[in-house]
This record gives sequence, structure tokens and C-alpha cells, in this order.
Amino acid sequence: MEKKKIIDELKQAFPEKIKDTSSEFGDDAVTIDKDILLDFVQFLRKKPHEYTMLLDLTCMDYLGKEPRFEMVYLLLSMTGKHRLKIKIPLPEKDASIQSLASIWKNANWLEREVYDMFGIRFIGHPDLRRLFMYDGFEGYPLRKDYPLRKCQPRIRLRK
Amino acid sequence: MPTTDPIEKINKMTTRLQREASKDSLMLNMGPSHPAMHGTIRIMLELDGERILNSEVEVGYLHRGFEKTCENKTYFNLLPYTDRMNYVSPLINNLGYVMTMEKMLGVEVPEKAQYIRVIMSELSRISDHLTCIAAMAMECGAFTILLYKMKAREFIWNVFEQTTGARMTTSYIRIGGVKSDLHPDYEDVLNTAIDETRKVLKDISGLLDKNKIFLNRTRDIAVVTPETAINYGWTGPCLRSTGVYYDLRKSFPYLIYDQMDFDVPLGERGDNFDRYMVRMKEMEQSLRIIEQAMKKIPKSAAQTMANVMEPAEAIKASREKKVEKRIKLSPNLEGSEQDKYQDIFTKNKKIIVPPKEDTYSSIEGLISHFKFFMNEHGIRPPKGEVYFSVEGGNGELGYYIVSDGTDKPYRLHVRAPCFHVMAALEEMIHGHYVADVIPTFGSVNMIGGELDR
Repeated sequence: MEKKKIIDELKQAFPEKIKDTSSEFGDDAVTIDKDILLDFVQFLRKKPHEYTMLLDLTCMDYLGKEPRFEMVYLLLSMTGKHRLKIKIPLPEKDASIQSLASIWKNANWLEREVYDMFGIRFIGHPDLRRLFMYDGFEGYPLRKDYPLRKCQPRIRLRK
Repeated sequence: MPTTDPIEKINKMTTRLQREASKDSLMLNMGPSHPAMHGTIRIMLELDGERILNSEVEVGYLHRGFEKTCENKTYFNLLPYTDRMNYVSPLINNLGYVMTMEKMLGVEVPEKAQYIRVIMSELSRISDHLTCIAAMAMECGAFTILLYKMKAREFIWNVFEQTTGARMTTSYIRIGGVKSDLHPDYEDVLNTAIDETRKVLKDISGLLDKNKIFLNRTRDIAVVTPETAINYGWTGPCLRSTGVYYDLRKSFPYLIYDQMDFDVPLGERGDNFDRYMVRMKEMEQSLRIIEQAMKKIPKSAAQTMANVMEPAEAIKASREKKVEKRIKLSPNLEGSEQDKYQDIFTKNKKIIVPPKEDTYSSIEGLISHFKFFMNEHGIRPPKGEVYFSVEGGNGELGYYIVSDGTDKPYRLHVRAPCFHVMAALEEMIHGHYVADVIPTFGSVNMIGGELDR
């Protein structure tokens, strides 16, 4: 019930901006343009939907396809007991997207992780640095063209 | 080659804290090798006297490339890696991964296996909370608590050892069921564990609940409001300590949790003490769930344990003639599982390891064994992406798996609950004393393996 409603409402509120919707394995997902991301999540955060929690944020690398990257945002509505997945395709040439750090505080670290692992740039992020890997690490390890067993030199101690 | 990219330039610079710090404050470094930084994490502090003006948390010292490794392993082979995420409650990690796969494959699990899974994951939750509170209390100076809690945890791990064959890295919950049936004597061991845990919980309550030293260090320290907690994506005991009612076992019931009668304890203030209290209360509820599950668990369909022989006896008798009776073996030993498969595994033969009796005694069995383990064969879910989460020790433990139809995941992402909690640590300790970092850090139960993955 709920899921049908929310997708229909979103289609009404953002006509022509929603590229695709799906309910694979019962997980509702919408694919949108990247320029409406901030408006879109602000709309979902408000009543009556109340998707107040950013559960997760990650990225996919579909190497060889165009657009290559796909951002995935997972929102949770605790009142509606529903999860909604937002997908945004990103081309390799312009792998950047608006940061959500001003809306959700955990987006700060999550986006740093995605930057670290995939090299996606987040516009408006307060402190975009690597999170897990060290400064000076070259390449983005979770990209599909990064070899599994590639070795990088250990960091030199600071003098 | 000189870099022109502005972000790369920032990377070459020092940390955020060093850029922002004023000149006359003291910079203090805690960790990554610090006895109170469980595992490895670094907290940099900017201090005015003892008060924390600003801080920065640096993680990643335990990053092992879990997600990258999983992309290069088959669905069956990556199961042991999930043990090593939250190493205090490995069974819940197994469960999360396995149930995500089952959602993708559309598999029904027999009722008995579901009960076993519930008992095991509740025991893991208790062991997780015990460890968290033990470390937290020890760092506040109450070493007795650590010893008491470790005693209780030993009894719980005895159950794990008996059922799964391992204490920490269990890999017990498998796609389609569980690895082995419960031991015939499991009730004794489990009852001992429950009784001992109850006793310890009572002792700890007596020692800590009204303890002035403990209260002074935890009451009203690192207070988090419900709004902040939700904004940070907190789940699990930490979220509930702020008074928000959200438990996956109630909101999105899985397994047989909807048939169980239990309460969800909530905190009021969201400080360190509430986080301690919620964990204590949750352990009692977990014990309740285990007791109910023990009563309701269905009997084995197979008559496996009647008319059995001790192994030593059987060897002796086999010198005279072939032994017809069954030999009493632990269910988690390989080679004695065939009869029990109907209780503990789904009927879909394609996704479970064939029983060893078949593998060793018939050519078809051997072929199906190889078919399961060979590259490009084995478990191959349909194309698509799926998210599923279970209530882990720290909160919502979610797996996000993208399948491209082969035997290896195209991408596997883990929603680690303590990642979101740790992201809030800088804000939590802001304005408090250096000494408050320790109980605050202890109360959120940071697990390095899960955080850094």
C-alpha cells in the first residue's frame, strides 16, 4: 500500500525528473536526475513522508557502461516503516554531486568514504578528505579497474 | 608531478583540526595505540586545560578491504569474512548476510532452523553488550565488572562452541539454513549460560546502578537528543537510549521475532548512563526471548539420537563385526549431518552444501559437491540488487548486494551500525573533559572490524 502511494506521489511532485522506478525484491527505488537531489530529499524529509534518517549512502561502479557510476541513497521513514532507495547515475567525466552533509550529519563521513573508495566529488562538502585510506594513497580502491592485489608503498614517517 | 586539483591539495595538508586550531591551545593525541581505544582509532583533541574545544576522529586503521575482497569471492566463500566484521557477535553478522542472500534467492528456511537462528543471535547480542559494558566499566576503574562479565560471556561462548564448533569465528549460519543441528545436550549448557548471565547481570546492577563514581562519570555526559541521533543515522541501543522507539525486530520483523514476547527498553536522557542501562535491560529481554524459543523449538523430525553408541565402544565392536548402530557424534562434526538436513536446511538443493555422506559414498554426491564449489557454478542468484538488515548488537546491520547473475557479487556493501555512531563522537565529547572521552567512547561500543571493514 504505502510503497505504491509514495512512488505515485513522487511522480506527481517531480514530473519528468523521475527517470525510473522499480520494486526489485520488494525494495522500492527511484532513479532521479542529479540536479534535483537536494529538493528531492527535502521533500521526502517533510511531513507526511518523514524520511528522516539517511540509512546508507554508497556508490556503484558499472565499468564499461555509460553512465559509469551510480550513487545510491537509502532513506528510512520510521513512522511509515518504509525504506526508499534513491539512485542517481553519474557519468565518469563529471563524477560530482551535491553533498548532503548540510542535511544529514552522517553524510559527512559517508561521503568521505565514497570519495575515498570511488573518487566521487561532493560539491559543498565541508571537509572532503580520504576516510579509511591514508593521505597520499593513489587511486580509488573500490573502482572496478583497481586491481585486487595492487601494492602501494607504505607511508613514510614524518620527520 | 605537481597537483593542480584543489581537493588533492587539501589532502597534502595537515588534518582539519590542525588547520582550525588556535595557537594557544594544547593539542593532544589519543590513539591509535591507546589502551582505551578498543582496537585502533585515533582521536585528536584540542584542549583548553582539560576541556575539549575541538576534536577530530581518524578511522581506517583496521581497513582490510572487506568489500573489495567480497567482490572477488563466491557467495559461499565470503561467509567467513562476515565473521570478522563485528567479532564479538559474529553470528548476527552471518545472519545478516545470509538473510540478504535468502531474500534474493527467495528461499524458505525450516522452522527449526529459524528458532536456532534466533537463539544464536540473541546469545550474540548478549555477548556483544556484555563486552561493551565490561570494557566501559573497566575503563572507569571498575575492573571487577570486566571479570564478572567475561565469566558470563564464557558460559555463553560454551554454547557457541558446542553448537557451532568455534567460539568466535563461527560461520555457522549458512545460506538456506544453519550448519548443524543443536547438540543433544544443548539445553543443559544453555540453561547454565542463562542462569549464570542472570546472576552476573544482577551483580553488575548492584555494583553499578547506584555507584556514585560510575554515575558521576556517566550521568549527563555526552547527552544526545533524539533529533541529533536520528540526524546521525543512529540505530540500535544508542538510538533507543535517546528515547526513540525503533527496533528492527519490531518494526520490520524477521525470522520468528513476531511470535516472541519481549519489550524494547528505552532511555530518557540519551547520556552515557542511559546507553549502559538500555544495554543492561536489553540483555534481560534477550534472555526472555531465548527461554521462549527453547520452549517452542520444534523437535527434530529425524530420530537421530535414539539407540546410539559411544565412539570408543563402536571402535571396539567394529573389530569383531560391522557396527550397525549409530555412533554418538557431535552434530557439528562433518559426516553426520544427512538425517538432520531436513530440519536445518531448505529443500532447495542447489544452494546448500551436499551432505558429506553423499559426497564420500556416491558418484552423484561427488559431482554435486564439485558443482557446488566449482568456479562459475554454485550459488548464482538472479540479477538485481537487494538490501536487507537485521538488528545487530550495535543497531541496524544492513547488507546491500548487487548481483550480475554470476557466482560472485558484483558489489557488496555493508551498512555498519557503529560507523554512524562514531561519526557523532566529535560532537558528543565537545565541551567535556578529557576523562569523559573514555566512558563516552566505551558506551557507544565501537567495533573496529565493523567500522573500518
